Amino acid sequence: MPIPYTKPPAPSDDKRWKIVQTRMRRGGDRPAALIEALHAAQEAFGYLDTEALNFVGDTLGVPHSRVYGVATFYSFFTLKPQGEHTCVVCTGTACYINGAKDILAGLDRALHVKPKETTADGKLSMLTARCLGACSLAPAVIVDGDVKGKVNVGELVAQLEAM
Amino acid sequence: MITEEINDEAPRASAYVCEAASCMSAQAHDITLRLGERAAEAGLTDVMIKRVGCLGLCAAGPLVEIAETGQLFGHVKPDDVEGIVKALKKVKPTDTRQPQGPFFEKQLRVATENMGRIDPENLDDYIERGGYEALKRVLSEMTSTTVRDEITRSGLRGRGGAGFPTGLKWTTVAKAQGTQKYVICNADEGDPGAFMDRSVLESDPFRILEGMAIAAFAVHATEGYIYCRAEYPLAVARLRTAIRLAQRAGYLGAGIAETSFNFDVQIRLGAGAFVCGEETALIASVEGRRGTPRPRPPYPAVQGLWDCPTLINNVETLASVPTILRKGPEWYAGIGVGKSKGTKVFALAGRIVNTGLVEVPMGMTLREIVYDIGGGIVDGRPFKAVQTGGPSGGCIPAEFLDMPVSYESLIELGSFMGSGGLIVMDDTSCMVDVAKYFQDFCRDESCGKCVPCRVGTTQLYMLLDLITRGEATMDDLAQLERLAVIIQKTALCGLGQGAPNPIFSTLRYFRDEYLAHIVDRVCPAGVCTITPAEVMA
Repeated sequence: MPIPYTKPPAPSDDKRWKIVQTRMRRGGDRPAALIEALHAAQEAFGYLDTEALNFVGDTLGVPHSRVYGVATFYSFFTLKPQGEHTCVVCTGTACYINGAKDILAGLDRALHVKPKETTADGKLSMLTARCLGACSLAPAVIVDGDVKGKVNVGELVAQLEAM
Repeated sequence: MITEEINDEAPRASAYVCEAASCMSAQAHDITLRLGERAAEAGLTDVMIKRVGCLGLCAAGPLVEIAETGQLFGHVKPDDVEGIVKALKKVKPTDTRQPQGPFFEKQLRVATENMGRIDPENLDDYIERGGYEALKRVLSEMTSTTVRDEITRSGLRGRGGAGFPTGLKWTTVAKAQGTQKYVICNADEGDPGAFMDRSVLESDPFRILEGMAIAAFAVHATEGYIYCRAEYPLAVARLRTAIRLAQRAGYLGAGIAETSFNFDVQIRLGAGAFVCGEETALIASVEGRRGTPRPRPPYPAVQGLWDCPTLINNVETLASVPTILRKGPEWYAGIGVGKSKGTKVFALAGRIVNTGLVEVPMGMTLREIVYDIGGGIVDGRPFKAVQTGGPSGGCIPAEFLDMPVSYESLIELGSFMGSGGLIVMDDTSCMVDVAKYFQDFCRDESCGKCVPCRVGTTQLYMLLDLITRGEATMDDLAQLERLAVIIQKTALCGLGQGAPNPIFSTLRYFRDEYLAHIVDRVCPAGVCTITPAEVMA
């Protein structure tokens, strides 16, 4: 027997919750919509905090523990707020053999930031990607959503420092 | 509106601008807009500027092609637009397409036949190139049995990597007990260095929908899912548009093409877990759970999504289906070699001149692919190896360049067809480091469910790390080999079972490099930072 539950109200009157609620409703407000809901929440808020995780779980009838399990299983979801800017370094095979390692080392040296970290001033978050599929541009990075190909470490550092 | 038809009549000349992800990230869209503006300013009323999918030669992006003459413009900058407009002016009605060089001429396009030819968000364009002919014929003239029979006769095998006969899979699902059945398109292309599926989805999304509808008819399913990586936003956006247009035109939904056949498709986004390419993990993810695999049998064909019989096919497999049914199974079976029929799409990447996307008949040699089509190695350096099959694959050395590529030949060489990424390496790559790279990938992507994979891949990585630091002994090497065999034999799913493959193949062909790191404490390629021996002592 499924335990009857009532859908909780949105945690605040922030309009972004409406977007999340709509996506969940489209998935029938069922547990199967969990990943879709987490995508919606992350798109809306930039990351998933405890409030968002619990709200999604309560709406879909999924225990908080399982929501946390799913959110931490998939590397696309982040539970920490991101910096003002993001730099994603592709570490796919083509980028790796074309020098992605040097980019990571160069960023660490110049900006003291490692993958999955944010600089102390909260300006830049650095991430790595398994493969962007932009192998002809190797080594490739994404700075604030723009793909940059055939990256030169010095130029990249200069660009990131100027932001 | 991007496709700009200035005149209702057939255009005298047309410029096709590649707007797939690789060219898009090189600002191809600006080129499209600028071309439209400049052509209008030049008073050209009989030309068409069209956005198309991947033109294939990603290395030279952004690409623009004059469709009538086949003239190709690469590395197009905003200033080059003027030259393209001039070329458009010169096109005469009598012009025919000229050969475009070996990169294009040696290819044979089936799954990618519309790539770079149609606007991916225009259903009429797809129909004009023979789209939905196959589905209409299936629904009006064929039974599910004859469809399955044609697919079986074509010899088509799963293009996701393992090469399971597609006809047999379809028959198993069709005969499985159950009233509700599902079709899933596996578009969770996770192998690093592989971008075939992304290009097909971005360039020709209707083809996937048609292939899925045919598959659904053949196995008696009414609902379908496309499980696509969230890392492919352009592909997802084009799929969503295609689904909407197909629904509106009656090619999806209730009563498809004015028959009683019902079928609809939804998109499910992945969330960055490589293991979700494994079919049982993929099903768990579609159900909204952690993507962990389960033991098989029961196979998804019998007990899959929500315990119903489920057909899971890869993007490229489904993309081949409409063409096979249009041109006939005998035509398709006539291409290829041995038990590997038809064509295969490969993504060329790494230290190769023509990085990009190619489709070739099975049985073509690696040399033809790497040198004739791929244009050889960057800077004329020596070829060292080609890596196929992603993290479950292997590295093939130069002595096998003349081997015809097929499912069987690659397995014989200790590699694997995989989804079709071909990563070419030259003498600047250290093979031990490459093995370590893939092991790092596998230990990070291991879902953690079974011990051999969770613990074993980490141990393999640590041993390889010791070797690349020059701190390993011959005992460590023996331990590496022993452990690799154990993991291959005991892991739960393909990720773990395939994880040791890069180690096996590099040991088989490049053992001297391992020994150089261990015995001589040098990295022959100069990649690894080796601790000097005196510090060790």
